[in-house]
Amino acid sequence: MLIIATAALVFGVLLGFAAIKFHIEGDPVVDKIDAILPQTQCGQCGYPGCKPYAKAVASGEADINQCAPGGEQAVMALAGLLGREPKPLSAELGSGNSDEPMVALINEETCIGCTKCIQVCPVDAIVGAAKHKHTVIEAYCTGCKLCLPPVCPVENCIVMETVRPTATLWKWPEPARFSEPMRGAGS
Amino acid sequence: MMIKRILKKTLLQKPFLKKECKLHGGIKLQGFKSLSNATAVQILSVPPQLIIPLKQHIGEAAKPIVNVGDLVYKGQIIAEPNGYISSPVHASSSGVVAAIEARPIPHASPIKETCIVIHTDRKDQWHPFVQSTPEPLALPPEDLRQRIRDAGIAGLGGAVFPSAVKLKPTSDITTLIINGVECEPYITCDDVLMRHHADAIIQGALLLARIVRPQKIIVAIEDNKPQAFQSVTNAINRLKAAGAAAANTIHAAQVPEIFPAGGEKQLIKVLTGKEVPSGSLPYELGIICINVGTTAAIYDALYKGQPLVSRIMTVTGEGLDAPGNYRVLLGTPIHYVLANAGVARQHNAEVIMGGPMMGVAIADHAAPVVKATNCLLIKNTRQIRQPPASMPCIRCGRCATVCPITLLPQQLYWHARSKEFDKLPAYHIDDCIECGCCQVVCPAKLPLVHYFRFAKSELKARERERKKADVSRLRNEARQVRSEKARIEQEERKARRKAARKQVITPETNPDQSTPDSLNASSLQGVAPEPQTHENTSMVKHEDQTKTMAR
Amino acid sequence: MPLQQSTNRQSGNIVSAPFIESGQSISGVMRQVIYALLPALVVAFYCFGWGIITNLVIACAGALAWESLMLYLRNRPVTSYIMDTSALVTAILLGMALPPMAPWWLLLTGTFFAIAVAKQLYGGLGYNALNPAMAGYAVLLISFPREMSAWLTPLALPVAELGFFETMAWVFFEEPPNDVALDTLTSATPLDYLRTEISRGVSFSEVRLSPVVGVIAGKGVEWINLAVLLGGLWLCYKRLITWHIPVSVLVGLGVLSGAFHLYASERFADPVFHMFSGATMLCAFFIATDPVTAPATPLGKLIYGLLIGLLIYIIRTWGGYPDAVAFAVLLMNFTAPLLDQYTQPRIYGAGKRNGRARNG
Repeated sequence: MLIIATAALVFGVLLGFAAIKFHIEGDPVVDKIDAILPQTQCGQCGYPGCKPYAKAVASGEADINQCAPGGEQAVMALAGLLGREPKPLSAELGSGNSDEPMVALINEETCIGCTKCIQVCPVDAIVGAAKHKHTVIEAYCTGCKLCLPPVCPVENCIVMETVRPTATLWKWPEPARFSEPMRGAGS
Repeated sequence: MMIKRILKKTLLQKPFLKKECKLHGGIKLQGFKSLSNATAVQILSVPPQLIIPLKQHIGEAAKPIVNVGDLVYKGQIIAEPNGYISSPVHASSSGVVAAIEARPIPHASPIKETCIVIHTDRKDQWHPFVQSTPEPLALPPEDLRQRIRDAGIAGLGGAVFPSAVKLKPTSDITTLIINGVECEPYITCDDVLMRHHADAIIQGALLLARIVRPQKIIVAIEDNKPQAFQSVTNAINRLKAAGAAAANTIHAAQVPEIFPAGGEKQLIKVLTGKEVPSGSLPYELGIICINVGTTAAIYDALYKGQPLVSRIMTVTGEGLDAPGNYRVLLGTPIHYVLANAGVARQHNAEVIMGGPMMGVAIADHAAPVVKATNCLLIKNTRQIRQPPASMPCIRCGRCATVCPITLLPQQLYWHARSKEFDKLPAYHIDDCIECGCCQVVCPAKLPLVHYFRFAKSELKARERERKKADVSRLRNEARQVRSEKARIEQEERKARRKAARKQVITPETNPDQSTPDSLNASSLQGVAPEPQTHENTSMVKHEDQTKTMAR
Repeated sequence: MPLQQSTNRQSGNIVSAPFIESGQSISGVMRQVIYALLPALVVAFYCFGWGIITNLVIACAGALAWESLMLYLRNRPVTSYIMDTSALVTAILLGMALPPMAPWWLLLTGTFFAIAVAKQLYGGLGYNALNPAMAGYAVLLISFPREMSAWLTPLALPVAELGFFETMAWVFFEEPPNDVALDTLTSATPLDYLRTEISRGVSFSEVRLSPVVGVIAGKGVEWINLAVLLGGLWLCYKRLITWHIPVSVLVGLGVLSGAFHLYASERFADPVFHMFSGATMLCAFFIATDPVTAPATPLGKLIYGLLIGLLIYIIRTWGGYPDAVAFAVLLMNFTAPLLDQYTQPRIYGAGKRNGRARNG
């Protein structure tokens, strides 16, 4: 018993020492979750950005299937990282997200220069000044749709457009699974 | 002694007999070369319209420097390089710039990219600055390299890597390989070039040697091209007879007729026994590999001053009226080439740019021929668009037996099919050269190369998205820091205003003094965040613009 | 000339190179395997009579029937998948592994387990984890030991006139041929005989002199094994199988049996006896080389074959069943994915080839 007590004391001291010496700032799990999320910063998950959602997932407050731009890929990656069950995307997200990447486009003829869209863009992808034309920098736009009406007061001034396909961005489509169709409704 | 000399000569001419030069895998294919290598090169007429894409090479697309309505001469530069790994683009014939807009490009899908469209005046006049140089070998190497860059030369074997970039390696070069192997079936443009223009190739090789200073130059030719081998050997002998010192460093070597012995990595192994390390380039081994067509183009550029505006390409296939090799202006629409080569039924024809193993089935025949077009192979639509029915993989392992990179195509297939893309780098999917050997021997007729391409482009897309996400994250965090700072400043201002108001209430002697303060404070309040945002974004705007331009 | 407009010819149908037709097809490969087995079937007919033919016919019919049924239930196109004749190969191997003149229900049960359960329920061609023929055989061996040990005495046709009709009568109606009890027609297999005699203390040299044993191994069976060997060598020549698995199976079996034979030559049979008895050659060239269930890498194949050879000897000498091929193969089938994962070959450009070690 004496041996066990001494061992317990020694290990306790060691653990305390390690807790102080090897202490890590912040929560590494949150960073890992954030690395999986697509950084669209759209807020569709119900949280004001990807980092807050990552924190909520880490604490268990949020489920892993709430990221719409991340889609099934993000759900599977989060499931693998956290050891949770993968599930289909939350039904609350609706079907507004298309598979193709979209960016915002400002019609410079109708822009009145109110700067409302600039204030909401989470990644500063819109440039412009008060009473001057605004424009979206395509490279930085994440397609979060936060700048669309009702934020923009003008009708048909800011719309979402699919990114123009180029040879560099083009992807080979998946080959057909089976050369012959299944009989009945099996496919 | 004699035997030793004969042995040495045989090994020099056929280095693949050595043990370390043995290639793993590869397959023997039927050549179909006689369809097109019997006739001499014909020159195709100038088409009414030339469509010249700005990106005909690996690297950044060129930037146009002409405007719509400008008159251009043949060989005039119409787009300049954009960045280090880039190449200029020249007008292939004289005429008027009709448009700079998106046009179909030779691609598997009907996508469009920016092209400069020239309506030709049929005069085909060279630009007056295009003049021959008497002694380019006397020029300094850096000058030669700059001229090659200005001439828009890119690898004409199919990879279209800007040659000037390739010719400035960072380590010493021991071997310069001139690649005349042409291992793909149907293609004979290099064969015909070697038969009839061997001197240009050898002179071009000497110019390259002046730039990279190798210890030896090997001209590699497949052993199914005896005439070309003879022609090149004769050219080297003529050089020796003329007393050129460099003639002793150059010799011709034969390569066995196994596909894909002509691929750069495989050729280096067959000739020297060395393997290019995975993920790096041949110059790290001290070897540079240049195609014979590129070498001849470099000869034209340095001796005659002519930039790359045309190339020899094979137009071949079963059932053509006039298959053979043609010298075609870059930017000629494909259907124009087909009509002149006598393709009888165009509506049933599928055009493959390249060979049957690694070529691209072009989606739109209005697309032009580009620097990479070494062959237009005409096949029946049914043969191409309806691939044979595939069965399940029976895991026979034949694909691994023939893979020249010793990969496991079976494992790559299984993971690509089940979309487990993160497992693929461990099986070296990036080392796959997409040669197609595995698919040709597969008894289940699986579309293996299609799966690998699908997986590779998916992995690239994910890498791009990850990079973009990193940028978005940084910008978002910067914005949050900025907003926080603005909020704190706003609160400080509020506090100061409050304090100022308190001051106003007590000393009643200066009522008008306080109001301007409060007025200023309140007018600032509503506008406080914006000047900061605009300031930052306008500062950002400048660097963003340069960034977007550079893209 | 008219400008070719943007194509709407099969738009959306993007195809990739290579555009060369591949030479072989799965049905071609399977057919060549069947041709390689023909010599063995001829020799087996000579040894065992019509019993082999009924085995094969019922097994093939049963296999095709079960496969068609399963494909139909799984909503797959039946005709194109049947045409690959892989079910026929399984049926022939099973038919050869079972005793000749096996009752029809035995063969149908065997093919049911082999095709419907071990192959189709696991996903069909290319997806099964276990060798279907061996899985069916193992199930039958454990469930019906009496029928599975009723092997006809080979080359003993004069004992009873086992013509075609007598065979059919026995197989379908269990009528003993010519009113002779089946026990007089069957005898222990050479391997079974070896085990019982050795355990009784009879020396191996005496066993060799018994009428059960022929020139180098069991009578009749040795000729079948020889014919299988010839067929297997033809398959290697045609590059339908690689040399790795057959050579390593035989080496594994040969080395272990040789070692024990040298140690105590009267208690253990010599390597040649083992190699030409039972289904050794069939295993080495046709069963273990089944591509779906064997590893794909060369080194993996060598390890796989070697362990199968060792297991065959161990189970034959000290295990519960006289012939061990089925169990050895099934056990090693489980390890095939693991072997694949850890025996990846060195790729071009990786490793210390150029004097520079790189992370391959």
